[in-house]
Formats: sequence, structure tokens, C-alpha cells
Amino acid sequence: MIWLLAITVWVTVSAGAYLALSRDVFRCVLGLAILGAAANLVLFAAGRLGPALPAVVPLGDEVLGSAANPLPQALVLTAIVIGFALVCFSLALVLRLIQRTGIDDALELRQAEPQPTDPVKPPYAGEGFDPVWPGSAPGKGGST
Amino acid sequence: MSALAVTPVLVPLVTVVATSLTQHQPRLQQALSYGGVLLFLGCALALVGGAAVDQPAQAVFGGWGVPFGIEFLVDRTGAALVLITALMGAASLLFLASDADPGPRHPLLLPLIHGVLAGVGGSFATADLFNLYVWFEVMLICSVGLFALGGRPDQLDATFKYFVLNLFGTLLLLMAVGMVYAVTGHLNYGAIAQAMPEVPHGVATLVTAGLVLAFLIKAGAFPMFAWLPASYHTLPAPVLALFAGLLTKVGVYAVLRTLGDTMASSSQLLYEALGWIAAATMLLGVLGAAYHWDMRRILAFHIISQIGYILLGIALGSEAGNAATLFYTLHHIVVKANLFLIAAIIWRLTGSYDLRHIGGLYRLRPALGVLFLIPALSLVGIPPLSGFWAKLLVLQEAIAQGRVAWTAVALLVSVLTLYSMMKIWMEAFWKPHPDATWRMPVSTRLLPAWLATIGLALVTLCIGLYPQWLLDYSIAAAQTLGGR
Repeated sequence: MIWLLAITVWVTVSAGAYLALSRDVFRCVLGLAILGAAANLVLFAAGRLGPALPAVVPLGDEVLGSAANPLPQALVLTAIVIGFALVCFSLALVLRLIQRTGIDDALELRQAEPQPTDPVKPPYAGEGFDPVWPGSAPGKGGST
Repeated sequence: MSALAVTPVLVPLVTVVATSLTQHQPRLQQALSYGGVLLFLGCALALVGGAAVDQPAQAVFGGWGVPFGIEFLVDRTGAALVLITALMGAASLLFLASDADPGPRHPLLLPLIHGVLAGVGGSFATADLFNLYVWFEVMLICSVGLFALGGRPDQLDATFKYFVLNLFGTLLLLMAVGMVYAVTGHLNYGAIAQAMPEVPHGVATLVTAGLVLAFLIKAGAFPMFAWLPASYHTLPAPVLALFAGLLTKVGVYAVLRTLGDTMASSSQLLYEALGWIAAATMLLGVLGAAYHWDMRRILAFHIISQIGYILLGIALGSEAGNAATLFYTLHHIVVKANLFLIAAIIWRLTGSYDLRHIGGLYRLRPALGVLFLIPALSLVGIPPLSGFWAKLLVLQEAIAQGRVAWTAVALLVSVLTLYSMMKIWMEAFWKPHPDATWRMPVSTRLLPAWLATIGLALVTLCIGLYPQWLLDYSIAAAQTLGGR
């Protein structure tokens, strides 16, 4: 069972990292949301898998017998709530960003960078700058 | 159990609620905000008073007892940092009343500033690793709110970069916290410190490395500092000063808690790696600063460079190193915030942050020129200012341990820092203004800005002229940490 969870974490992290590295800002924040889900799975697995009984001390007993570890569940619940709020914020942010700038490509998003016309600094390579990314057709740029 | 231990969180959070409810009455909101920060300052003083006589405020929640309930423990280290947080909050809010680059007055500005203070205060007060993660998240959400509040395209761009890279760090932190729980079975600092030596060596090193890496992203250390210079310069000045002073230092404090306290039994490899990271952070930060002409960008890169010095103290892994780190952090928060605030006054008087477009201020405002030199030379480390003692402590310990390479880098970086600070001073104050028709603005409202910056400069001078009390306090604080 723990191996199944480990493989799930591995697949989720890979998918999240792949999307988070995308140049499309929407995919990027979705990738982070998926990475968050992977982190929650790790947190859950940290409490050991085992009995699935609820952590309730039966009437008359003094000690908790074999039951699921409730602490990671509480932690995951907290992390889910926080992660949910952050995903909502990030989607609103990206939507506003695209509306305001009309750009959804992280490489072209240079509003906060020094202006390319600045004479003292090396200028941004400009419109003709079209690096060939691995895995994309040459000359087309990597428009993932 | 003492209610005082939760005040670093409770007071700012209550202020957040109060200022949110009074959004539509700006005067009342302003008054509540000042009241909140003054109360915070008072509670912080009480916390320092308690911690200094070995009676740290402690609170444990949920009736679970110490290793299991969430614990708040404000020891000497935490109390001093809470006090400086309150001081920074007060200085920024005071500066906000002037007209030096305050940004548009959004009704949510004050609640979000107090939200950041709550996050920072909570991080310094808590003694629980998962709780620390929660406070990091509180800080993150409030700070992205402050970034996005202006709504300009460049601010949204900066928000996006800040948010994505910081969220990545937070997720790494969450995973690392899970791993620490998995190998030790505890989240409480004290319990982790007891359980850590029992953990197999390799596993302990991996887990600690993950945790420290997450904190280093938050601290803006090499090579994970890209979020900082890409975003900070778009903030309005009072908020920028608050962020520059506090946010990265929370990451540094977390590294100190980890490698200097709870996981001090970690392998020497981690300390060695941290030392080289610190050296690279210093050097690349200062080189980045040398390249820029915008005052805010120059100063933002100097945050990174100074983080290197602070991390170097932790990397030395000794009590003297930890004491030096605490001393350096306290001095640096004041100096850095003050530099950003003075840069905003320069902007108000000359109309630009770009050094190539301004000048001639020394003839018109000689007092400002002198005021700028106090934090600037302190940042460089010129005696008798506070930065000299901070650097002396770090380098003394580095030389005592025979770390010649790190010491040499640190000294070289000091020279380059001097170059950057002199660049700002020569360009903004000494050289004549490039535009001969330029006149200073006639009516400005700078009194609160002067009060805030002079107050912070006095703190710097006070630490510089009477370093012994702070040094004694730092050494006592390092002794209560569980360092080696």
C-alpha cells in the first residue's frame, strides 16, 4: 500500500513540476496546485499507513488501541484549506494579469524588468529573440 | 501558560479585523492601526523583559501538554525579533502618513500590513514546525495581497513571480515538515531536538537538507533568490521597507532555529554546504547590485548580499556564530528598512529612483545626506556604526575556526558594498542635477518620514555606540538555543 502511495506521489510531483515549468502562466499555477496535492499526500503518508479505524477511545477503555493516526489527517486538512485559498488567489491573479497585460507567456512577461531601451544595461534581445527549445520544431519557438 | 506568548499573533490579528471592519472610515481605521501597533510594541517589550530574566512566555493549546499540543514559546531570540518586528511596523505606518511614495491608498492596505506583522510575529513566537508553516502561509498570502493591491501591470507581473517562486518554497517546506514528522514522530521543536540524534544519520541529513532548502528559498539565498529582485521594487516605499526588513529574515530565523537549535546534531556536511551557499549569496548579491542604477534595485540586491553574512554565522555552527547571527539580524533589519525609507524621501525630493536622472541634493538638503550615510556606512561596516560590530562578530568567529576563504569573500564583499553605497551617495547627493531647470518640489509632507528615518538611524547609532548590552543579550540568547 505504501508503495502505491509512493508511486502516486511520484506521478503527481512529475505532473505538477511539468506543468509548473510551463511558459503558459495558467498552466504554471495549475501545476503548483497539483504539487500542493502531492505535498498533502506526502504529509498523509508521514503518519504511517495501517489501521483505518477512527481514533476514538471506546467507552470504558483508557487507552487508544489500534487506530489510524489522526494527527496527519488534521495537518492535511489544514494544508488543503490553505492550498485551496492560494489556488483561488492565484487563478484570480493570473486572470487579472492576462486581462491587464494581454500576455500569458512567462518569458514575454517583462513588465517588472528593466526597460529594453535602457542604454546602460544590455538590452533584452527583442522581438527577433526566438530561442529553440528542446522538443519543439526549430524556428517556431517553444509555444508549449 | 502565559497569555503574553500569543500576543505577537493576537494583537496584529485583532488589528486586522478592526481595520477591516472600519474600511469606510479612513480616520478611525488609521487610529486603530496606530493603536494596534503601539499595543504590539508594548507586548513585545514585555516579552523581551520576561525573556531577558529567563522567564520566557509560554502557552500550550488544546490541553495536550508540551510535546503534543501546539506550543508558543518566546525565548530571548524570538522576543528580540518580535520587538524589532513591532518597531518596523511602527516605523512603516508612521512613514505611510508622509507623501513620500506611499502608493494609492487602498482600504485594505492597513489590514494587510497588520496581516504581515501577524505572520512574522507568529513565526517568531511558535515552537511547532507545522505551525511555523502556517505562519509562512499567512505571510505569503498577505504579502501577495500587498503586491497586487496597486494593480499596475508591472506590479501584477512582480506578484506573479513572487507568488510562484515563494509558493514553490512553501510546498517544499510542507513536504519537509511531513518528512520530519515521519522520522521523529514530533512537530514540537524541543521534542524534535530530543528525537533527532536517534534518527539514522543519512535519513536525518536528507530530511534536514530538505527543510533548510525550503527556508533558504524564503530567505533569498543563492541560487534561489530570483524572486526578490524581480518583485520588490514595484512596492510602495513603506511596504517595501517593511518587506525588506522582515520577510527574508523570517527565513533566516527559521534556518537558525533548525541548524542552530532543533537539529544542531546534523552532519557537518550541511554546515559546510551552508557556508559556501552563504559566500556565494554575499558575492552574487553585491555584484547584482553593482550593475543597477535604480536605488530600489540596488538596495534589493544588497538584501541578498547581507543574507549571506547572516547565514555565514549559522554555518559556523557554534554558540558564538549563533550569537553573531542574531546580532547581525537585529542590526540589519533596522538598517535595511531605513535605507529604503530614505530612498523614498530622495524620490519625493528629486522625482526619480534612477540615479542617472537625479543629483544635487547635498546642496539643498545636507541633513538628508548625513542621514543617508548612517545606515549606508553601517551596512558597509564602518566603525563605530552597528554594522561594524555585527561583521566583526561574524568574521572573528570565522577566523577563529580557520575559515579563511569565507572570511576573504566577506571582506571583499564589504568593499563592493562600500562601492554601491558611495555610488548612491555620489550620484544622488554630490553630483549636480543633470537637468539644470530642476527645482525641488515646493510643498511636501515629509515630517512623518523624517521622524521615522531619524528614529531608525538613532537605533543604529545606539547599537553602534553601546554594542555591549545587545552583544550580551545575543550571547545569552545563543546559550539558550540548543547549539553545539
